[in-house]
Amino acid sequence: MERRRAGVIRVHELSLCGSIANIVERHAAGRPVSVIHVQIGQLRQVVPDTLVYCWELVSEGTQLAGSRIDVEAVPARIRCRACDQVAEIGDLPVLVCGECGSTDTEIVSGEEFMITSLELAGTSAEGASA
Amino acid sequence: MGRFHRHADGTDHSHDETGGHSHDPGDLSGYQTGTDRVEVLERIFGENDKTAAANRDRFAVTGVCAINLMSSPGAGKTTLLRQTLTRLAGRLRTGIIEGDIQTSLDADQLGGFGAPVALINTGNGFGGECHLDAPMVASALPRLPLDDLDLVLIENVGNLVCPAEFDVGEHARAMVYAITEGEDKPLKYPVMFRSCDLVIVNKIDLLPYLDFDTGGFLANLRAVNPAATVLSASARTGEGVDAWCDWVRAQVAARG
Repeated sequence: MERRRAGVIRVHELSLCGSIANIVERHAAGRPVSVIHVQIGQLRQVVPDTLVYCWELVSEGTQLAGSRIDVEAVPARIRCRACDQVAEIGDLPVLVCGECGSTDTEIVSGEEFMITSLELAGTSAEGASA
Repeated sequence: MGRFHRHADGTDHSHDETGGHSHDPGDLSGYQTGTDRVEVLERIFGENDKTAAANRDRFAVTGVCAINLMSSPGAGKTTLLRQTLTRLAGRLRTGIIEGDIQTSLDADQLGGFGAPVALINTGNGFGGECHLDAPMVASALPRLPLDDLDLVLIENVGNLVCPAEFDVGEHARAMVYAITEGEDKPLKYPVMFRSCDLVIVNKIDLLPYLDFDTGGFLANLRAVNPAATVLSASARTGEGVDAWCDWVRAQVAARG
């Protein structure tokens, strides 16, 4: 997504950042946060760069201003119910077994969208910031 | 991917997010584990999904079947809904939740069919949400007489990306795909196409004027969603709309 003024941004990453802020505030419990580690599966339509940019907008002027989102991309893997093969899918989101061609597959990974951990800023001295 | 965590008794293990045992008390996964790191392991859609479950309960308690109708802008959702309300009048007591970014244009079009319409304008400080989420739908429920309805059709915001990610508490998902959009769309918007129980292939009255490759489209759809029911229709001429209404009635009957 190109950078445009906030008034015309219409992406779901924006509201997802609102959810992220709620979760982070609850776990940080008032402590300053420097990095938010987020896992995004390949099968999610969450664009990492957009999420990172929207976070700047959403966190601006709040207690979480200055923190950044670090994205760990999780590749999509499927298991074939016909031949039991587990494999990563390619660039196309095609859920067909590459080994035997069966479409009877289940997703093993790639649908993650979670906050895994937070890094706190300046934990050595009370009130210090990174 | 399992949920790894450590318990107060020093044991640790992982299991699926939804399964397993209670994590009160003694689950240390939310506590600081190093000098400056806090483990969280929390799904970002968790909050939305909790509200979606509450919406689903509310529908169930009142005996309502809810269907989430999605598509790109201009694919024909509102036209299909007008045809649908005409056909269902007197057969199913239907309410509409209408999601729109700015206007009441679609809701206005759906007035006059005897169905109550609750409009959700998703506009916010940033120019409008591109989807309905569970809290928005929850806010619309008090404006519908759920006790007197059999069916709620939720017309989502026209968008092939965002609505697919948000459970709003529906029982079934349908999408309107217009043949003017091109055969490759299931591969470009797999989350949407994968999430649907039914795909309505709309605007088939335009088939003679387009080079639409029906077989190619179906192959792409099957690659991302082998299980979806597929119906062809023209919301403009009304062709195929009866079959869609039959599918809707079957969804309602399955919950009656």
